[in-house]
Order: sequence, then C-alpha cells, then structure tokens
Amino acid sequence: MTAISPPSDRLWWKHPLDRVEGIWITIAFVWCMVMFFMMIYWHMYGNQNLSTETYKTTPEMFTAKAQAMVDQYTVRTEVDGAYPVVAPPAGADVYMIARLWNFWPILQLEKDQTYRLHLTSMDYNHGFSLQPANINIQIVPGYEHVVTVTPNQSGTYSVVCNEYCGIGHHTMVGRIYVK
Amino acid sequence: MSIATTYRTCPRSGLQFESQAEKLMLANAVAAVVFLLIGGILAIGVVLTRWPSIHWLEAATFYQVLTAHGIDMLIFWIIFFEVAVLYFCASTLLRCRIATPKIAWTAFALMVIGGVMNNIAVYQGGSSVMMTSYVPMMAAPSFYLGLILFAVGALIACFVFLGTLVVAKAEKTYQGSVPLVTFGAITATIIAVFTIVSGAIILVPTYLLSIGVIDAVDPLVYRTIWWAFGHSSQQINVATHISIWYAVAAIVFGARPMSERVSRGAFLLYIVFLQLASAHHLLADPGMSTEWKVVNTSYFMYFAVLASMIHGLTVPGAMEVAQRQKGYNKGLFEWLRKAPWGNPSFSGVFISIIGFGFLGGISGVMMGTEQLNMIIHNTIYVPGHFHATVVIGTTLSFMALTYFLIPVLFKREMIAPTLAKWQPYLFGLSMYGFCLVMMGAGTLGVSRRHWDMAFQGSALAYEWPGAAYMMMGLVGVFGIAAITGGAIYIYVTVGSLLWGKKLDIGTVSDRPTPVPPTAPAAAVQTYGSSGLVAPGSFVLALIFLAAFILYYFINWKYLSQLWGLS
Repeated sequence: MTAISPPSDRLWWKHPLDRVEGIWITIAFVWCMVMFFMMIYWHMYGNQNLSTETYKTTPEMFTAKAQAMVDQYTVRTEVDGAYPVVAPPAGADVYMIARLWNFWPILQLEKDQTYRLHLTSMDYNHGFSLQPANINIQIVPGYEHVVTVTPNQSGTYSVVCNEYCGIGHHTMVGRIYVK
Repeated sequence: MSIATTYRTCPRSGLQFESQAEKLMLANAVAAVVFLLIGGILAIGVVLTRWPSIHWLEAATFYQVLTAHGIDMLIFWIIFFEVAVLYFCASTLLRCRIATPKIAWTAFALMVIGGVMNNIAVYQGGSSVMMTSYVPMMAAPSFYLGLILFAVGALIACFVFLGTLVVAKAEKTYQGSVPLVTFGAITATIIAVFTIVSGAIILVPTYLLSIGVIDAVDPLVYRTIWWAFGHSSQQINVATHISIWYAVAAIVFGARPMSERVSRGAFLLYIVFLQLASAHHLLADPGMSTEWKVVNTSYFMYFAVLASMIHGLTVPGAMEVAQRQKGYNKGLFEWLRKAPWGNPSFSGVFISIIGFGFLGGISGVMMGTEQLNMIIHNTIYVPGHFHATVVIGTTLSFMALTYFLIPVLFKREMIAPTLAKWQPYLFGLSMYGFCLVMMGAGTLGVSRRHWDMAFQGSALAYEWPGAAYMMMGLVGVFGIAAITGGAIYIYVTVGSLLWGKKLDIGTVSDRPTPVPPTAPAAAVQTYGSSGLVAPGSFVLALIFLAAFILYYFINWKYLSQLWGLS
C-alpha cells in the first residue's frame, strides 16, 4: 500500500498517470533537451569552448619547447631573474610549465589576439585557474593540452594552482600579462 | 525452514525484525555514527583553517585532516549506514531472515578493518593525498589496502542484500512486487556493484604501484576510472536517500507513491544513466573528445536529471495526497502547513528534499554542463555543491531516518526529544548557508583544497576580492553552526542507545509473519488522467524549474564574458 509495502495492485504498471505527473514529466523532459542542445549550440555559435587537442609528452620534450620559446621571445625578467617574461607574436604557440610549485614562464599576450597555449605538468596533477577571469582547466602530467585562447581584456592575470599538489600548493601562482 | 532464528514484531511500528538482521543493522549503524563523529571532529579543523581570519592549522596538518574528513564522511559514514539501510529494505520490509548472516558479519569486519587501516595511514602522515589520491602523488600502501578491504566488505554486503531478496522470494514472505523503497535499494545496490568494481580496477593497480610491483599508472586513465568509482558512489547515496524519502513519507503520513510506475521508472533511469555522471569530473581534462564529454556529462541527454526531477515532484506529491486524504485540503499548501514540523523525521526529510533539489541539484547541472564547467572546476563551488547533495541530501536523510529507528530498532526512548526536534533545522539550514557561501566564493574563483587564500610565501601572489574573504569567513561561521547540529545528532543517537529508557521489544516468534497480501485499495480508483491530485507540489516544482532556468542562463551570460577559448 505505502512505499514500504508491496504495491496493492499486482498490475501496478498498468495504472494511468496522474495529470500532475504527466505534465511535469513532459516539462522536465523538454528542459533536459534544452540543456542538452545548449551545449551543442554553444559549440557552434559560442566563443568559450574548451579544446580537446591533446598529445602525449614527457617533461624533457615539453621543457625543450618551452625553453626555445623563452630563448626567442623573452622581453625582461621578474622576481630577481627567476621568471622570464615572454612576449610571443600573435598566433604563436606558447608554453606554460606547471610544476612543484610554480608556473613558468610569465606570458605577455596581446588583447584580442589568439594564441595556442600548451599546458602540461612536470610532476603531479595541477590546476590552471586564471584569475580574475575564472577559467579553470585541469593539467595532467604526461599530456600536453593545447588550448586556443583569445584574451578579451587587458590587465594582469594570475594563474592559481587549484589542484592539490602537496605542501607548497598555496604558493603556486603564475602570471599572464595582457597588453 | 529449519534455520534457528527469531522474528520480533515492533509494537510501535509493526515492523518485523529478524534477530540476525537486526544485530547487523545495529552494528553497521553504530560504525557509521562513529565515523561521522570522527569526520565531524575533523571538520572543525577544516572550517577553522579555511576561515581566513582564524586560519588555524598548519598546512601539513590541514591537508591531512582534509583527506581524512573526506574519506570518513563520503565513504565510511555513508556506506556503513547504507549497508544498514539495505538490510532494513530487504530483511525488515520483506519480513524474511537475512541471507548468510556469517558472511554478512565477515563483510562488516572487513569494512571495519579497512576503515581503521585507512584512517591510521592518513594520521601517520605521508598519505595526505585527498580522497581522490590522483597518481602520481602516492600514499602509503596501507591507505589503498584499507580502501580495498572496505570495498570488498561493501561488495559482499551488496550480495548479502541480493541474497536476502532471493530468500524472501523463495520463502514467499511477500506477494507481488517488492515495495518501492526496496526497489530503490535494489537500484542503489546495482550502482554500488558497478562502483566498487570500478574502484577495484583502479585501486588495485595503484596499490601494486605503491608497493613497487608495477612501474606506473597513467594519470589520465586513473582519473577516468577513479571517477567511475568516486562519482558513482555518490549515486548510490542518491538512490538510497531518495528511497528514504519515500520511506519516511510512508512512515510519517502513510503515504503511497503517486504512481508506482513513475517512481520505479525514475529509479530505472538511474540504473541506466546515472553512472555516466562521472564524466563531468573530466570536462576540464585533456584527452577526452568533445562528443564524449557532451554525451556523458549529460547522462545521455540528462535522463538521470529527468529522473531526479520526477522524484522531486513525486515524493512531496505522495505526502500531499496523503495529507489531502486526511482533510488538509484547503488551498495549495494547507497540507504542508499542517505537516508535523516538530517530528524530526519529517522536518529532516523535507529540508533535505528542498536543499538537495535547489542547492545540490541545480549546482550539479551547472558543473556538469560542458562549457560552464570551466568557470567552476576545482573551485570551492565544487564542495559547495557536494555538501548540498551529500550532507543536506544524504546525511540529513540518514539523520531523519535514525530518529525513527531509535525507538524501533534500538528499542530505546529518545533522550532529549526537544534537542532532536530542533536538530534538523540547525543542521540543515546552516548547511544551506554553508553551501551557498561556498558556491559564492567559488563563483569568484576561490580554490578548493587550498590552505591559504593569501598565498603567503608566493613570489607572484594573487589578491582575491574582499567579497571572497567575506564569504570564506561565512563558510567558517555556517560550518561551525552545522558541526554543532551534527554533534547534537550524535549526542541524541548515542545517548539514546546508551542511556535511553528501554522500551518494550514486542512479541518474538520463531517464524516470520509474511507481509499480508494487500487488497486493491479503493484509492487506486481515484488516480487517473483526469485528476490533479497534488497541485501544491506541482507549484513547488514550477518554482524549482524557474530558479533552475534563471540560474542556468545567468551562468551562460557569465561564461560569455570570458576570454575566447576554442
């Protein structure tokens, strides 16, 4: 009879629905479809879609590419020379290394220009959390994730690590300048 | 049958408890509460450290405490309680003996050993890897071994539950179909088997890695399979606590499901689609294709969300129908106003339903939307969401059920009934606040699992906006209020068990009394396509939908202002 005893009618699946249930199921179903197709719609017409371009990599391979970029495009250094500030041309491939416990190097990008940002980790999982814009991307060791970014506002952005990576996790902050 | 056991009929509820099953339920429930106590004490350390002006613990201690808090609450407290609920739904509701009690005790022993072993590993240090324990960050071997032993025990308990269903069928202790609540428990069990097998697939190699037998576990493969375990285990909770909602509606109001077909169909959608949800933990990851993300994160076109939306209507709907039949028929909401708000079993469940839907459900869909995930992933919005689902949804439902079980299963009079009456309000409503401010801070980008939002010692520190600091302060305030509510629950439960006045245990028989065959109720006839039997619940559902739609598009608006990404 109640929900804690067997259904009173053995043919319970033949009972008609109440109108409240029928209407609600219909509404909920339509809303679920709207939400599903919204994701597809945004892939066709929206500007914020996360790339899934990914390559297997190793710390050595990735460091070599990042170092080549730093050698070619460094414009100055910060924090007593610890962080080169790299200003690659618009459209370039740019590299950011995540490791215990910093993001290296500092990037300097131009507003409204598009870059191919390569992300990987040298050790554990890390998080790329761009603030204050609040864009959050997982960084997984062994995988090079290529994200196409187009900064739409100039300013100083921080990259906060938001995947727990050990005792120094809270010191792991990087920087991106947008001119 | 020749099996020597006895059956006790509770004089207060009419429920029949087989003696072995009763002891097992009691043992599992007590173990659950012990882990809730440990997890609750740890919670004090977590909130007082994340409260920026207090910032209590050292970094190493904080991460250790956070790891243990997550595992004790999300795994040990909840799964021990769920095992008790499973045995209740099989043995008690179907009035049969429990299958293989010895094996059930073995399962219990394995779970206790595993839980203790894992806790010790964390407190020894060197295993502060968080509940997710993403490789290549490694914990001590006993960390993984403890989890594996616990999981094996839980898996055995699932099979004891399924075996008990077979016993009931074979010994004809009931006729027709199993009750809806048992059906929900079967749903939970099927999901649990999938979950535990996934856990084994990834934790066994990780254990072997920790003792040096194998060289590496791929980090992305780990994440993918771990979440088939980590998220699906939360779906066990959903199926279980929704079963409890139906059970409490039945116990408090004598409510019957609006229609068995709809409620069971919704559980069936869970079985088929809910496991896909683990994909939404990988939306910000490299590797998986867009198509894979979109299809899986939407549980294949949101069919599991549809199921939850159905339960969200039919549980209060069932209560409404029962109340209206008692004459509370005035207007849209007299049935709700005249509900027994002083009964903590009811108030707990109702606060749970509303909080789970509005806070946990809506935020869950935001995080599970492929693009919107980018503004939420790994921010403190995430624990804001899952405290709404797992604490307000699951834990509060378990608390509400416990208040019913104290006289029925523990056979004790509840101590401090006034405290118990207020407990769901203190605990539930402060958790509402707690979740909301965490989501607020997460919307501003504040990270989860982070010791210091001031980034002390960092060369390139970022400064969060003042509002983020204010909300993290409120996380501390609401957190302490909620922990107080949790402490009251433990005091009332343990106190009743130890010092409560012993109650009449009822009649004991050496054979079960089968569930009486139920005559087709006259009420069945009142159902049909012409009715509109639960208009109040329907209005509540529409309010929910309006909030859902509004918040959904606010998030898209927010997303559209970010950097271009493709």
